[in-house]
Amino acid sequence: MSEERKNGARESDNLLEISDLHVQYNTDDAVVHALNGLSLKVKKGAKLGLVGETGAGKTTLALSVLRLLPAGVGEITEGSIIYDGDDLLKQPESFMLGLRGERISMIFQDPMTSLNPTHTVGDQILEVLDLHFHEMPREEKNRKVDDILTLVGIPPARKNEFPHQFSGGMKQRIVIAMALVAEPELLLADEPTTALDVTIQAQILELMRDLKEKYNSAVILITHDLGVVAQFCDSVAVVYGGRVVEYGTVEQIYAREKNHPYTAGLFNCIPDLSVKAERLTPIEGRMADPRVVAQGCCFAERCKHCTEICKSRAPSAYEEDGHGILCHLFTKKEGA
Amino acid sequence: MFVRKSKKSLSEYSTGELVMFRFRKNKLAMFGVVLLSIIVITILLAPLISSYDAVVEMNMADRFQSPNAKYLFGTDEFGRDLFARILYGGRISMFASLAVIGIAFVIGAIMGGAAGYLGGRVDTILMRAVDVLMAVPSVLLAMAIITALGNGVWKLIIALAVSQVARFARTVRASVLTLRNVEYVEAARCFGASSLKIILKHILPNGIGPIIVSATITLGQTILSISSMGYLGLGVASPTPEWGTIISENKMNIGTYPYLGLIPGICICLAVMAVNFIGDGLRDAFDPKTKN
Repeated sequence: MSEERKNGARESDNLLEISDLHVQYNTDDAVVHALNGLSLKVKKGAKLGLVGETGAGKTTLALSVLRLLPAGVGEITEGSIIYDGDDLLKQPESFMLGLRGERISMIFQDPMTSLNPTHTVGDQILEVLDLHFHEMPREEKNRKVDDILTLVGIPPARKNEFPHQFSGGMKQRIVIAMALVAEPELLLADEPTTALDVTIQAQILELMRDLKEKYNSAVILITHDLGVVAQFCDSVAVVYGGRVVEYGTVEQIYAREKNHPYTAGLFNCIPDLSVKAERLTPIEGRMADPRVVAQGCCFAERCKHCTEICKSRAPSAYEEDGHGILCHLFTKKEGA
Repeated sequence: MFVRKSKKSLSEYSTGELVMFRFRKNKLAMFGVVLLSIIVITILLAPLISSYDAVVEMNMADRFQSPNAKYLFGTDEFGRDLFARILYGGRISMFASLAVIGIAFVIGAIMGGAAGYLGGRVDTILMRAVDVLMAVPSVLLAMAIITALGNGVWKLIIALAVSQVARFARTVRASVLTLRNVEYVEAARCFGASSLKIILKHILPNGIGPIIVSATITLGQTILSISSMGYLGLGVASPTPEWGTIISENKMNIGTYPYLGLIPGICICLAVMAVNFIGDGLRDAFDPKTKN
């Protein structure tokens, strides 16, 4: 049995456990440090929101879990990804082929481009089953395709149509159907609603919630939309500079009592409809240069509460009831 | 606004339907289709029109007959029926060209596909090999191969196929490179599809357009190459008929009896022209810029 199982009953209900993951992109002119010691735990059947701005490393994380970082460029230099007891970084490619699509699925950001224009949608859903369930009889596969289409709200009669015959929201439903037809244990949804308008967004979230209930899959929802997270997730991890800077339940984080300065900044960016404001309050400055690994806290340069120690030493986690904040502001208080 | 409206109505068609629609509107291309159909059907029906005996049967009494009711295209110096020889010769010309394209396409697709999809060192090695092939004129290369292998239909086919592989490898590689990082290919990877499945199911069907165009245009050239080889005595050996061979075996008598060279020559021209018209039509039809 794996080390994971030996650690006791409390630990074993983690479906995915990422610890101290370092990923870098070796490009021609520089080494880009995308993830710098990211740690994350996902329980079975959990709905985790992964929040962060562009370039924080959210998609890199998803691709690392599937081991699909661009070959020759993306490289995992440190850390481990334990999935259901198996260290994915040590598995052969054949194991990963069986894992992708069957146990871990991914929903892509843009439904317009994530369907192959030359195959009917029914074919594309069927392909996922063909790849993983060789013994399943054809009739059963066809029935499963019909079932999942019905479930996502597309008449099964339309399965012989091509992607261009569907609207954007319907395409995203089809993409979701593809991701769920094999009933995966973990669903990586990479900004599934970003390309959709708000009404469709609500429908898709509703749909994902229903399907999640039905299959009890764990979902990692990657987004930069705090509103979507509040609607859908039960826990949140805020990613900045390739690290999780704050994690906790939705209640703990949205209570806004104790937040990482970055999370607080994100909340301040949300326009308040009840207050008349001339300008929004953005977080000052820009994302830190990912080519340089910061000595101290990665958010130090933009932080209003920055002190000397922030610039020189990386903060350790402050934790309270499972609510973790990676900031000197809180660890200092703890020590005092 | 107007532009938008017309685009919307077009978007109801699939790419394939649009290509066929545009192709059908191209008069020259449709003429090519009709011409090629006539040639191909006549050639296929050869056994019904004339027997193979007439191809090789010498009839010294009827040498050098100008085209007449009995001998539609006349006879050659051995009194063989030129019409029958052209019918059966066309079978070899057309069959050999198709075989050349088929073989060159399969090998080229594998090379180009591997180079484009795998990239890196595989790409470098395969593409430098292609560069070497491209550096030698294709007819010269084919002649060298035939000289090494000897005469014969299959040897001719192999020689010409090798000389065309480079073109297909480049076209396929270019298609694969543009499609390799498309999101639905990445999605397929995420669903656990292997590289081979991805290439066959997701990349090739989407990149097939330029490859078909390139294949048709090459087909015309290949018909010509086979005839050239036949004329040079490097192709199909007499008495087996082949359009180029027919001209070659009559070259001593063309001055006196021009129809011996003109008729097979016109046949070659018509076949090449028909195929080229179709190729040009397909190229225009696949071009997204002609989307009206």
